Amino acid sequence: MTPLLQVQDIAKFYGARRGCEDVSFDLYPGEVMGIVGESGSGKSTLLSCLAGYLPPDRGEVIFDTRADGPRDTLSMSEPERRMLMRTDWAFVHQHARDGLRMGVSAGGNVGERLMAVGARHYGDIRDQAVDWLGRVEIAADRVDDKPQAFSGGMQQRLQIARNLVTGPRLVFMDEPTGGLDVSVQARLLDLLRGLVREMGLSAIIVTHDLAVVRLLADRLMVMKDGRVVEDGLTDQVLDDPQHGYTQLLVSSVLQV
Amino acid sequence: MPDYNFAYLDEQTKRMIRRAILKGLAIPGYQVPFASREMPMPYGWGTGGVQVSAACLNPDDTFKVIDQGADDTTNAVSIRKFFENTAQVATTEETARASLIQTRHRIPEAALSEDQILVYQVPIPEPLRFLEPSEVETRKMHSLEEYGLMHVKLYEDISQHGAIATAYAYPVKVEGRYVMDPSPIPKFDNPKLGMAAIQLFGAGREQRIYALPPFTRVVSLDFEDHPFEPSKADHDCDLCGASDSYLDEVIVDDAGGRMFVCSDTDYCRSRRAAGHVGAQGAPYEEGAA
Amino acid sequence: MDAMIEIEGLGKSFTLHNQGGAVIPVMAGAHLLVARGECVALTGTSGAGKSTLMRMIYGNYRASSGRIMVGETDIARAAPREIIALRREVLGYVSQFLRVVPRVPTREVVAEPLLTLGVERPEAIARAEALLARLNIPQALWSLSPTTFSGGEQQRVNIARGFAHAFPALLLDEPTASLDAANREVVMGLIEEAKARGAAIIGIFHDEAARARVCDREVDVGAFAPGRAA
Repeated sequence: MTPLLQVQDIAKFYGARRGCEDVSFDLYPGEVMGIVGESGSGKSTLLSCLAGYLPPDRGEVIFDTRADGPRDTLSMSEPERRMLMRTDWAFVHQHARDGLRMGVSAGGNVGERLMAVGARHYGDIRDQAVDWLGRVEIAADRVDDKPQAFSGGMQQRLQIARNLVTGPRLVFMDEPTGGLDVSVQARLLDLLRGLVREMGLSAIIVTHDLAVVRLLADRLMVMKDGRVVEDGLTDQVLDDPQHGYTQLLVSSVLQV
Repeated sequence: MPDYNFAYLDEQTKRMIRRAILKGLAIPGYQVPFASREMPMPYGWGTGGVQVSAACLNPDDTFKVIDQGADDTTNAVSIRKFFENTAQVATTEETARASLIQTRHRIPEAALSEDQILVYQVPIPEPLRFLEPSEVETRKMHSLEEYGLMHVKLYEDISQHGAIATAYAYPVKVEGRYVMDPSPIPKFDNPKLGMAAIQLFGAGREQRIYALPPFTRVVSLDFEDHPFEPSKADHDCDLCGASDSYLDEVIVDDAGGRMFVCSDTDYCRSRRAAGHVGAQGAPYEEGAA
Repeated sequence: MDAMIEIEGLGKSFTLHNQGGAVIPVMAGAHLLVARGECVALTGTSGAGKSTLMRMIYGNYRASSGRIMVGETDIARAAPREIIALRREVLGYVSQFLRVVPRVPTREVVAEPLLTLGVERPEAIARAEALLARLNIPQALWSLSPTTFSGGEQQRVNIARGFAHAFPALLLDEPTASLDAANREVVMGLIEEAKARGAAIIGIFHDEAARARVCDREVDVGAFAPGRAA
């Protein structure tokens, strides 16, 4: 089976300082990869490089496109990459306001991607928007409300709906539960789990929260100082960590 | 007092503006940046339109200025006098006799010919501005033809008002490529945008010029289930009886009495001169106000 | 002979980097063969490595040396996605502890392995509910999250989840602990049914009676303690 994403030898430097280096992995359809590390580990830099927000200094990010098969997204033209970001790829930001239009209604936010790829029937767009709001557990009567009026958890769920409406195959998530109350996090994670399974999504999730990866990720990469120090099955890395840093991370988690 | 250069602007500036105009005509609907000059009127008073007119005028032209359809508002009078002083061109109020027409927020009712030029005053040239404040981002959207956001605006209208509520400055797609703001003309005027005359759009404060060559394909944006309607008040002109012209609603007394009159004063006058009389009109008298 | 699970030369040691690099060997030269339809009990004193061995078979612990064959796959060497596929379709594991996600109703917890396999939702839920009923979990609890259940109830939910799909290989860690006689009986029944359909089962049973009833033979993991000859 062709990997959905082949990451080869990604490196990004800020002058002499290493953002990330020597990162390579394959991601298959339906797999969720977690990337954990503390602040400064390079995980967010890596995610930005993979998603096309930051050009890496080295390496390739080869995505199995629907039309042309495996293509290095880093060498794509900007229109192609932007089209990819609107259709096959999605990015869930840590702060919902970075991933939503706060001045546009919930329905408009969800419908935007549809309209961006040519949907021109108001009734259909609205129906799809309402359907998606339901799937992320936002009441249908909030379809015309602006996200400014939503709670943090609702905004994040709206962001997810907005991203998933075009049926992407790969979702990048940057601390998707960061800043949310614990009970809200639980609900969000449960929702993400269900959607990932239902839609057969592949995902790359960056987080510092080990509970999030335990729940969502099949595989885990641990980063420290810009390098991957350990990777493997999530439960194996967390239950039988081999690298000293991983052992430290795991043992530092407070038991409740 | 030194004499003004013809039409106020120096010749080099006119060349720069003409180059921008040519680019605009070559790429219909595309906003061409230009080095907008300081004019002897503040921003927001038509400096873009005035610069475009100044670059296009020649001594043989006959110039007309309208402001929301009327030749006799303060702004129209002031701009007409400006060009009378600086260019000594003939001026007129009759649409058919003008070779260059500068307009704020209306297209004349009478169909224009291929010998005429229509210059629009534009406040905000960027149709995406209210939804995307970043200039860098809107330029990218135009260059990549990413116009989903424009339909989001129309979607929001329908969700809030039940119909597309945009009544003026209604966005259009030009030659199937660029989305353009036709300036704050009423949507009633949008169908006229495919006219025989050359149309030039000038935004002085925002420093953009764009253009529509004759017979350009201009389509107003809409949804399949909410098609575009060039609507106007459901009334006839009370002075001349016209049923097909855009109307101004005029309050006439303290009791809420009102009358509807053609916004295009020259059109109304010419109809009344031809003998048409509306519900509240008096027969036409030559030379009357 | 048709070995479903085959372990050869398996060794394991833990290296604690943050405690001066202490190396703790826990297993050496382990070997085991489990045929289809066979149930093998792991015995040994507490701390001897029964659970460790089971976790290594599941791929939860990494083997330091040796082979762990489950069907055609060597768990010790397989790529993560191969192990994930194996856990989805072939190898089931009922651990001692139910790891619960808050908010997920019990019937969903039990149905999840089936949904992951692509079973249609109505059927998956029906099978889950049948198992819950068989394990005497009251219907009123099926829509609640197991987080507030008693230890015994959680254990039974765990078992239901582990038996929802007919895995060809099953690992059971203390499946009858915290259960009363009636429910122990139900679990025995489930194990016997699994054996009858050809599943290879490895179990850890504290309860001697249960062990004697369902297991065909016993393997003492003490034999694999490091320092002992194989």
